[in-house]
Amino acid sequence: MLLKRLTESAGLPGFESGVRGVIMAEIKAHVDSMRVDRMGNLIAVKNERASGPHIALSAHMDEVGLAVKGIDSDGYLRVASWGVDPRILPAKTVLVGKNKIPGVIGFKPWRLTSEAERDKAAKTEDLSIDIGAFTKEEAAELVSPGDYAAFDSEFMEFGAHKIKAKALDDRVGCAVIIGILQSNMPYKISAVFNTQEEVGLRGSSASANQIFADLVINLEGTICADTSGVPEHLRVTTQGMGPAISLSDRTSVYFKKYREAILKTARDNGIPCQFRQTGMGGTDSANFHAAHGGAPVIGLAVPCRYIHSPVSVMDKRDFENTGALTAKFIEYFNQTGGLGRES
Amino acid sequence: MEFAKYRCDVSADRFGNVIACKKGKQGGGKLMFAAHMDEIGLMVSQIDEQGFLKFSPIGGCDQRTLLSQEVIVHGRRDVFGVIGLKPPHLTSDEEQKKSVSIADMAIDIGFSQEEAEPLVRVGDIVTVRRKTIELRNDLLSGKSLDDKAGVAALLECAKNLVDYENTHDLYFAATAQKEAGIRGARAAAFNVNPDICVVVDAGFAKMPGLDAFSAIELGKGPAIAVGPNIRYAIFEVLKETAEKNEIMFQIDPIPGMSYTDAMFIQIAGRGVATGLISLPLKYMHTSVETVSMKDVTRAGTLLSCFTRSLNSRDLEMVLCS
Repeated sequence: MLLKRLTESAGLPGFESGVRGVIMAEIKAHVDSMRVDRMGNLIAVKNERASGPHIALSAHMDEVGLAVKGIDSDGYLRVASWGVDPRILPAKTVLVGKNKIPGVIGFKPWRLTSEAERDKAAKTEDLSIDIGAFTKEEAAELVSPGDYAAFDSEFMEFGAHKIKAKALDDRVGCAVIIGILQSNMPYKISAVFNTQEEVGLRGSSASANQIFADLVINLEGTICADTSGVPEHLRVTTQGMGPAISLSDRTSVYFKKYREAILKTARDNGIPCQFRQTGMGGTDSANFHAAHGGAPVIGLAVPCRYIHSPVSVMDKRDFENTGALTAKFIEYFNQTGGLGRES
Repeated sequence: MEFAKYRCDVSADRFGNVIACKKGKQGGGKLMFAAHMDEIGLMVSQIDEQGFLKFSPIGGCDQRTLLSQEVIVHGRRDVFGVIGLKPPHLTSDEEQKKSVSIADMAIDIGFSQEEAEPLVRVGDIVTVRRKTIELRNDLLSGKSLDDKAGVAALLECAKNLVDYENTHDLYFAATAQKEAGIRGARAAAFNVNPDICVVVDAGFAKMPGLDAFSAIELGKGPAIAVGPNIRYAIFEVLKETAEKNEIMFQIDPIPGMSYTDAMFIQIAGRGVATGLISLPLKYMHTSVETVSMKDVTRAGTLLSCFTRSLNSRDLEMVLCS
C-alpha cells in the first residue's frame, strides 16, 4: 500500500531522499518530466503540452524527528529535536541514520524518581538514545553526529476506518498527489514535493519561484483535536467529516473565490468537507501565495490526530475524500477555463 | 508449561503462581527458584461518550512514559489503541512544562462509544504494545522484561539440569502479582515451604542520570544481592559458586528493602533462607526495558551450578555455616 510505504520511509528535514525515492518510483511512468531542484524539492509535470489552465499540487516530504548531537562517553546518543514535543519522547523506539540502527529512548526507573520530578515535563536535553553500545568508540562506528533519528512506527489500520502511522503530516498530501498523477487525467498538472517544511517552509521558498501555475492546491495533514473532552469549538477539524478547507492560518489568508469554488465542487459531487477552524499553523501555501507577485492557493488537508508524533491517527475516508475532491476540482477548474466560465 | 520440557511437573496453585517441580531423592531438602511473571500495565476505568477510554495504572508507572504509546486493550478481543497528546494550540506554555497526568490521558481505539461498548468493558487490562528489539551487544529491549527475563533465567537453569539427578526437590516458581504488592510470592513460598529460595528479579542498571555506585551494569553478569532481605550464607554460596565456575558476576548491595519476591518469601511460613540475583535492567517500568541476554544466560548457569554445589550437602548445615 502506497501510504504504508510513504509513512514507513524516513525523511527528516534536509534528509528527504528516502521519501523522494519512493515518490519518484511511483510517478516516473506517469509524468512527462521530473527533476530535483537545488533545495531537494521534487518537481514533476504531467501532460506538459496540454492546453488550458494549469494547476500545481504541492505537499511536503519531510517529517519531524530527532538529530544526533553527539555521543557521550558511555555510548549514548545525545539528541536535539525538530519540532517534537519532548513530552512524547520517553520510552520510544527510533531508527538512527541511513542504516536504520535500532535504538530506544530510555527513561529513569519509576521507583527512583520523586513525585515532584514526575510532574515535570521530560526535556530533550535530558534524554538519549541507547543503541546498546557500551563505549563511545563502539557507537561511533555506527552513528555520527548529525545523523537523524526517525520514529519507528508501523503503518496500521484499526478501529472504524482509522489508520495509525508516523509522518501522516504530510505523506497524506504526497499520496493524494501521487494518486492524481497516476490517474488518466488529460490536464496539465504540476506536482511539487517540498523539502524542509517543518523547519520553516524552506523548500517551498525555492520551489514556488519555479512554478508558473494558475492555481496551487497545497495538500496537508492538519491538526485534529476531536478527542476526549475537547469542546467542539476547539477541535479545529473532526475526523470523518472530510477534507478540511483552509480559511486562514498563521502564514496565509486564502482567497474567497477559490475557497467557494472548491466548496461548490464538494457539494455538487456529494463529497463531505469542513473548514479548518483555527488560525494556528503555517504551511507551504504562504510561499506559493507570495511568489510571482501573488498567486491563488487553496489549502486542503486530511485531519490528523496526535500530529507530529509516532502515533498519528487519521480516518481513511477523509483521505479518500481529499483525493476525490482534489480530482473533481481539477476537472471543474479545467472545464471552466480556470473558473473563468463559472456558472 | 515450558518447564515440562525439562522433566518438571507443572501445576498452578490457588493464587495463580505456576510451580514446576523436579523431584529429588528421598530425604533431601527443598530448593526453590522464583521470578515473577506479571508486569505493570493499565486498567480501563471509563468509556467516555466519544468512545475514548480513561484508565488507571496497575503497578508503579511514571506517567511521562505513557504519551504516544501504542496499547492493546485486552477486551472481548484484543483491541489496538494509542494514548494521544492534545495538539499545541490547546496547550499553554505553562502546561508544556508539566507532564500530563494519567487522569488527563485517554486511549483512542478509533471507535465511537456504541462501537466500543461491545468490545471493551471497565476493568479490562491494557498493556503497552511493543515489539521486542535487539540492540548491540546481545541486548534485548522491550516491555515486561522485568521480570520475564528472570523467568527466562529459571528456564535456562531447568534446561541445564534436565539430565541431572538432583538430591533436593527443585521448585521453579513463576509468581503472580508481584507488581501489585508482592503477593503471589508469599503464597508460593507458603505452599512449597522451601529451605532455600533464590529469587531472580530485575535490578537497576547504570544509565544516564544514575550514578555508578547506585546501579549495577549491563553485560557484566548477574548481580548477587546482599542485604537484610537476603540470608548472608546464601549470598556467600552464590558468590563462591560464581567464582568457582568462572561465571561473570557483580555485587548488588541492597541495604534496605529489595522490593522483590525475596522481601516476602524470606518471612513466609516459618521463614525461608533467601538469596537474590538482580538481573541488570535499564529503564525499569517503561516499555523499553533493556537487558543483556548474556546476563540472563549467566544467571541461569549460576542457578544450576548453585543447585549442583548443594547437591551433596545437607541444607541445614549450609545454613549453619
